[in-house]
Amino acid sequence: MANEGSRDAKDDGSLPLSRVAGEGRGEGLLRDTGGAKRSGEAGLGMADTPIIRLDGVQKSFGAVRALRGVDLECRAGECLGLVGHNGAGKSTLMNLLAGVFGAEGRIAIDGVDVSGRHGVAEAQARGIRCVFQELSICPNLSVAENARVFHAGLSGFGWRRRAGKLIRDKLDEIFPGHGISAADIVGDLPIARRQMVEIARAFTVTSAPVRLVILDEPTSSLDAHVAEQLLAFVRRFVAGGGSVVLISHLLGEILSAADRVVVMKDGQVVAERPAAEFTRSTLVAAMGSVAAEEKEGPAEPARARSDAAPRLRARPPRQEDGRELVAHRGEVIGLAGLAGQGQTAMLVLIYGRLRGAGKGENGAFVAGDRQQDGVFPLWSIADNITITSLKRLRRGLMIDRAGTRAMAEGWRERIGIRTPDVNNPILSLSGGNQQKALFARALGSDAGVVLMDDPMRGVDIGTKQEVYGMIRAEAEKGRTFLWYTTEMDELRHCDHTYVFRDGRIVADLARSELTEEKVLQSSFADAS
Amino acid sequence: MRWLLSRPWLWAYVAAIAVWGATLAFTGGRGGAEVMTAAFTFATFYVIVGLGQMFVVTLGPGNVDLSIPATITLAGAIATKVMDTQNSMILAGLLVAIACGVAVGCFNYALIILLRIPPIIATLSSSFLVQSTAIAYGRGIRIKPPSLLADFTTAQIHGVPVLAVSIIVLSALMAVVLNRTVYGRFVTAIGQNLRAARLAGVPVGGIRFATYVMCAAFAGLCGYLLSGFSGGASLSMGEEYLLTSIALVVIGGSSVAGGFSNVPGLWGAALFLFLVVTMLNTYGAGAGLRYMATGLIIIAVIVAASGKRAVR
Repeated sequence: MANEGSRDAKDDGSLPLSRVAGEGRGEGLLRDTGGAKRSGEAGLGMADTPIIRLDGVQKSFGAVRALRGVDLECRAGECLGLVGHNGAGKSTLMNLLAGVFGAEGRIAIDGVDVSGRHGVAEAQARGIRCVFQELSICPNLSVAENARVFHAGLSGFGWRRRAGKLIRDKLDEIFPGHGISAADIVGDLPIARRQMVEIARAFTVTSAPVRLVILDEPTSSLDAHVAEQLLAFVRRFVAGGGSVVLISHLLGEILSAADRVVVMKDGQVVAERPAAEFTRSTLVAAMGSVAAEEKEGPAEPARARSDAAPRLRARPPRQEDGRELVAHRGEVIGLAGLAGQGQTAMLVLIYGRLRGAGKGENGAFVAGDRQQDGVFPLWSIADNITITSLKRLRRGLMIDRAGTRAMAEGWRERIGIRTPDVNNPILSLSGGNQQKALFARALGSDAGVVLMDDPMRGVDIGTKQEVYGMIRAEAEKGRTFLWYTTEMDELRHCDHTYVFRDGRIVADLARSELTEEKVLQSSFADAS
Repeated sequence: MRWLLSRPWLWAYVAAIAVWGATLAFTGGRGGAEVMTAAFTFATFYVIVGLGQMFVVTLGPGNVDLSIPATITLAGAIATKVMDTQNSMILAGLLVAIACGVAVGCFNYALIILLRIPPIIATLSSSFLVQSTAIAYGRGIRIKPPSLLADFTTAQIHGVPVLAVSIIVLSALMAVVLNRTVYGRFVTAIGQNLRAARLAGVPVGGIRFATYVMCAAFAGLCGYLLSGFSGGASLSMGEEYLLTSIALVVIGGSSVAGGFSNVPGLWGAALFLFLVVTMLNTYGAGAGLRYMATGLIIIAVIVAASGKRAVR
């Protein structure tokens, strides 16, 4: 638990000296893929056979080479952090470990070569579990029933009760105070709770043991508090001899929870070292990001609120006092608080009102819950980007093909969607790149108000910086942004922040008043 | 070639041609042209209702219009009565038939939205109401269609049915509507992901309303033409068009789950369905065997087509 003490390094970017010491900056940052083997000797005292070992694994999807020769080991008693840009091959690698599909190269489990016959069932039986970025629980079933899907052993009378107890106990263990009942239908839960159920389910045990759990962006829709609970649990699990692969774009999380960090780029491992030898900036550099380190604190002085009539005002349905959300032209408004406290409902409400108002104001929505609210899965990237702007892209009665193509190409360049052709299916993109397409859809529309529902899920750090810049530039042109986010850092980009709790606005902070303590304090109890 | 192989409607045409070939093999090549003429004649009516049904099915899971047969019957009955065998009333009859379809479509959508009934139940119950109206209205004598209308619906030029050509033009138009207009794009979006469509700015209610009305209007048109073709309206004239319209959509390579459709497949499927029955009749199969073989062949085509798509 060497990292326990440095957990508080999360989010603020400052790191204990011990992290930085002992490593010449910039030196040895980029290793060749042979680094994986060498780090075995550098090990952490767990020199026994790795649970899973990949040797020169390659994987292609059509013309796209997702993995170009990856070596990787996961050992018991270790948390492996995996970082890299959108489309670097992280999710592909995880699907491979979980046995979703095969690949060229050698895969060994517990030292036994299983290349070519590694499948989901074998992986499960050997205690390898995966929490996918695109959630894989069935929305039409209850929480307990979803737990049963994993555990064939829960049969006979009372299976539902036993499955419910199994999942509830695990939820209690990982996320105390989670507020989820085993009888809840998963589809009715907000995305944060769905993600909690998915995570808890991966750690439940009946017949097969749990030895290695792969967490792909597990905290992307969790708020800071719940994410903390999860990372603490990961450390406990690892201390008990388990193994975790943690994929995240939140570098603070990786640095505080992982023992060893693997950096991927373009389908290859480009760096691998103990987490203690990385700092936030060396990690960003290793990913090959051009983006500078995030600025700290308010970047610019808070502007005075205009006295003009606001562009929109809205009150949550459950609000009892006179508080309401007010947004002016050119403002970026943050919606904060713990996940699932009515922020998304507020955005959907405002969106409906803007559309219902007919002419005049127009709204565009950037979904955070891509699968449910955003992506049209059967369409190309171009079709997905242009849907909201089709009415402008007409020539006579017909859609102007050249116009839609030009718009999609333009946004591919501007926001950096990694694809050779915008006519490829949207599902050929990695999760983060799909999210970029959704951004392009909203920013490319003529909407005056852009509503963003925790939109940075799965987006890498370099792109985030670019999108922040775009939001700022668009706001200066007069657009209004309403931005629900679960990341404290993002609130710093907002002119004004409303904190939500239990479906109500409980705090109203101008940029100059914004501090993490204030947001957290009002998230948990009434602000005095 | 690669383009052709990736078309979802390919299998409907392959199957239609194969069945035609099998029929000709039995007759020793005689009557091939006549069979094709008959196939196009009857496929025309299937396709008219298939067009509307396809747009409805594209709206996504649970969307289907079961009131098509009743609408055909009602529109046919009212139109023949309005025209009353006079050639001067042909246009008025057409407008009345389509208006009748539009009215049924509005009623269907009102049930779906106002009473929040699932479309399958709403259109089923409205079909009983519409059918009863048709019975009450069309009770008694059978009125002949105006002679010009009868001539038009049965006309052939060198063995090519004129009506079929007109409906091919209409189909081409609807293919453009599906693929190249904002309306078509919105229908497809709703079928893939209703919630995402709403959040992407698609006017979901209006689009669904327009689609149900259009489907019923096509059924009205079909009733009008069918009454001209078969020498008057009858109370059972719509019967076979319910399952056929749905089968057309499926065999034609459109997704039953919605969001993915094509127009050419409707023609392939319509020809195929007619030719299967012709083939089995030629072989002298009895009714029981004929139904069973039809079922098996349809399953085979759908399996072949969906297998193809999975590979792609």
